[in-house]
Amino acid sequence: MNAPLFTPSRREVLAGALIVSFSLRPPRSVAAEEQQNAGPKPKLPGSLKDAAMLDAWIRVDANGTVTIFTGKCEIGQGIKTALIQVAAEELEVEPSRIHLVTADTARTANEGFTSGSNSMKDSGTAIRNAAAQVREILIGVAAERLGVAADQLHAQSGAVVGPDNRRIGYGELVAGDVLHVAAQPASKLKSPEALKVIGQSMPRVDIPGKVTGGVSYVQDLRLPGMAHARIVRPPSYDARLQSLDTSAVEKLPGVLKIVRDGSFLAVIAEREFQAVTAMHALAAHAKWDVATKLPDEKDIFGFIESLPADDYVIAEKHAPAAAAAQSLEAVYRRPYQLHGSIGPSCAVASFDGDALTVWSHAQGMFPLRKAIAEMLHLSDDKVRCIHMEGAGCYGHNGADDAAADAALLARALPGRPVRVQWTREQEHQWEPYGPAMLSRARASLDASGNIVDWQYEVRSNTHSTRPPGAGQLLAARHLEQPFKPDAPKPIPQPEGGGDRNSIPLYALPNVRVVHHFVPDMPLRVSAQRGLGAYHNVFAIESFLDELAVAAGADPLEFRLRHIQEPRARKVITTAAERFGWASTPLPKGKGRGFAFARYKNLGAYCAVAIEVDVEHESGRVRLGRAVAAVDSGQAVNPDGIANQIQGGIVQSASWTLYESVRFNETRILSQDWSTYPILRFGAVPESVEVHVIDAPGQPFLGTGEAAQGPTAAAIANAVANATGMRVRDLPLNAARVKAAIGV
Amino acid sequence: MIPLNVNGRLHEVEDEPNTPLLYVLRDTLELNGAKFGCGLGQCGSCTVVVDGKPIFSCLTPISILQGRKITTVEGLGTEDAPSPLQRAFIEEQAAQCGYCIPGMIMRAHALLTTNRTPSEAQIRDHMNPNLCRCGTHMRILAAIRRAAHAMQAADATAGPREVRP
Repeated sequence: MNAPLFTPSRREVLAGALIVSFSLRPPRSVAAEEQQNAGPKPKLPGSLKDAAMLDAWIRVDANGTVTIFTGKCEIGQGIKTALIQVAAEELEVEPSRIHLVTADTARTANEGFTSGSNSMKDSGTAIRNAAAQVREILIGVAAERLGVAADQLHAQSGAVVGPDNRRIGYGELVAGDVLHVAAQPASKLKSPEALKVIGQSMPRVDIPGKVTGGVSYVQDLRLPGMAHARIVRPPSYDARLQSLDTSAVEKLPGVLKIVRDGSFLAVIAEREFQAVTAMHALAAHAKWDVATKLPDEKDIFGFIESLPADDYVIAEKHAPAAAAAQSLEAVYRRPYQLHGSIGPSCAVASFDGDALTVWSHAQGMFPLRKAIAEMLHLSDDKVRCIHMEGAGCYGHNGADDAAADAALLARALPGRPVRVQWTREQEHQWEPYGPAMLSRARASLDASGNIVDWQYEVRSNTHSTRPPGAGQLLAARHLEQPFKPDAPKPIPQPEGGGDRNSIPLYALPNVRVVHHFVPDMPLRVSAQRGLGAYHNVFAIESFLDELAVAAGADPLEFRLRHIQEPRARKVITTAAERFGWASTPLPKGKGRGFAFARYKNLGAYCAVAIEVDVEHESGRVRLGRAVAAVDSGQAVNPDGIANQIQGGIVQSASWTLYESVRFNETRILSQDWSTYPILRFGAVPESVEVHVIDAPGQPFLGTGEAAQGPTAAAIANAVANATGMRVRDLPLNAARVKAAIGV
Repeated sequence: MIPLNVNGRLHEVEDEPNTPLLYVLRDTLELNGAKFGCGLGQCGSCTVVVDGKPIFSCLTPISILQGRKITTVEGLGTEDAPSPLQRAFIEEQAAQCGYCIPGMIMRAHALLTTNRTPSEAQIRDHMNPNLCRCGTHMRILAAIRRAAHAMQAADATAGPREVRP
């Protein structure tokens, strides 16, 4: 879990933060450099560009304890362990001696959201550089103290060691403000050959506690005097609370308070199950007008196409090419899909009458603070948000909303911490979904089967409705004085939102890619692992196979024919070799599929090969062997990377084979795991093998989302290979595959 | 007052008899292992073992648990002295977010208590009620196989043992 909860006091911390942010006198080295260098300052590495002071990242106590501060959150991706490794490496301190503090508005740098597979790139890079600079500063201090040249000293095991083996512990070197200096653009990073901790599959620091019942999640937080709350949500998005009889519920055992503000309704009780009982009773006494009109689920894509769209041409390239011999066109669709955290969202908040503290598993503590402060009409400095883990989120789920609920209820019950736990049904119904998307691909092949023209259009809602706007919080929309959601905006390229990975990485002479951004959102949507990349890679890599079939080419050879980048080729060929890729026909009902993408076209390279078995009578797809290769740049924790890719493959297989949010004209029908089935043990692949390709000395590329798209397309390609029929609508469930093969 | 035998200790709890065991474990006894996942018996995050059988603690009222032996993940071992299953989950690094893992361990514990040599198909079938959303399934299966081997080896060293149902 995070560091001690109430120390240091918020006043001390804020005073410290002020000094950090508004230090008027830059450290001498920076000033000197600025005088010498009149040109534009080189950018600081990673998140150092937003928080330059070294002691914002690393502190060393007089007793030698090293504390690392990251503005990112542990969300099950293993970032704590990887960041400790990075710091340990450059600081020359044993990993077990490093204490790590994760996102906390009072203690850490503001690194925005833990999203986009950016934590290693942002925070890993910042901490690695800061650690190297701290090490050199400490060596410099030791040199002065020992009266020897710095190059005769080296850092080792938390101390600076001299030629005569004299050691000075880091704790003895940190007097004064020696680390309270701005980072330099360049760091003396260890060479790839010298790395001892980076590159090791160090066991995750959080797993022993998680398997033995330790306090690991915000759900496990128990504060003195803590009360338990449950929310009673409207039956549909815009339903309003018309009447409420609270008399019976007030008399229930343990009920402390019923909180109603407009259509926001909740009950707070002494004990957790008392809150559950009271929630059910309160729901039975609430009358709602059910106003929401949802589109017809059966025609959802027609409806989305009928909505106005802002069009962005995001790639346009024309070059001479051979004449087209044949052209293909195809449309691919992806339904709304759930994040589906196994633990529904939860938060704890405490209000002392003046300031509010919120413990949340949301992905961005600083944006959350801003949203909650706006909602409660408090200034930012009166709200502290502290990250604690929840169940895996895979993007923007109900976490921020639960934090807002807790904040409202803590304000209603000052002096007592309030814990809010959503129900399973609430998480399913109210979380923002991964948006439904559709895309149209057109391409032409020349007489030798090379792609000479590529046109792709993708239509999608926004992929982020995250805070900091108060109107992004569910509860804020239900208040008597409601906050309006922010106007949806596309996430610009090169990362993109709905258009993420919509530009093919392949070397093609003529390319046109259009993003039709649809502002109106019939269902609540936001960021889900991979954003648009899941759908776009599914579509592009499916279409590539369709083109390969038209060209009479092997799908693997066809891909390699159209891609030159060495790292991409290495990942593709590694996955293919380890899988034992071949063109030879398989027995009836069996198929193999391959797909590749570089996440965001600037993150990790990932290729997936998979074999499937399609049951002819039922259309049911069974997963056989899956083999992946991934290049995430300099690999800090290879097993951590493998774990993320394995998980990504299995999760994406679940999305791809089974998942689609159901709804009728007024409400969401996917309310639990029976109305939204996901993959269970009986259906997991036979095996999943991941090959991590290290790239020594290269930047961290991130890993978390890299497998989502390639897995979807590899499965679709394997199903097509097995059946001879192409299914372009997700999910590839038994009914749809059966219909395609016409049994 | 209802007497509950949890991890070998007797607790007299004052919760209402209809209270599901999960809330008593978490709220009254302050045990973190069993997790709230759905409250519907659909996901298995709340799985604990009662008299050798895995149950959904979110659905089981304490009124029917008097005189039964309740085991949670805390009853298997600790960070310093993990049980064979806990050790196997650590060695296989079989967790991502880890939220479902205590439930996985308890369901697997019920299997390995009666069957030290389950086949792969038996393990997959037995684990089917429990959901994992991170996709850690392959490692969970590997951890269960590893624990089974470790427990077989321990049995061999310890000599014949009585298998309790």
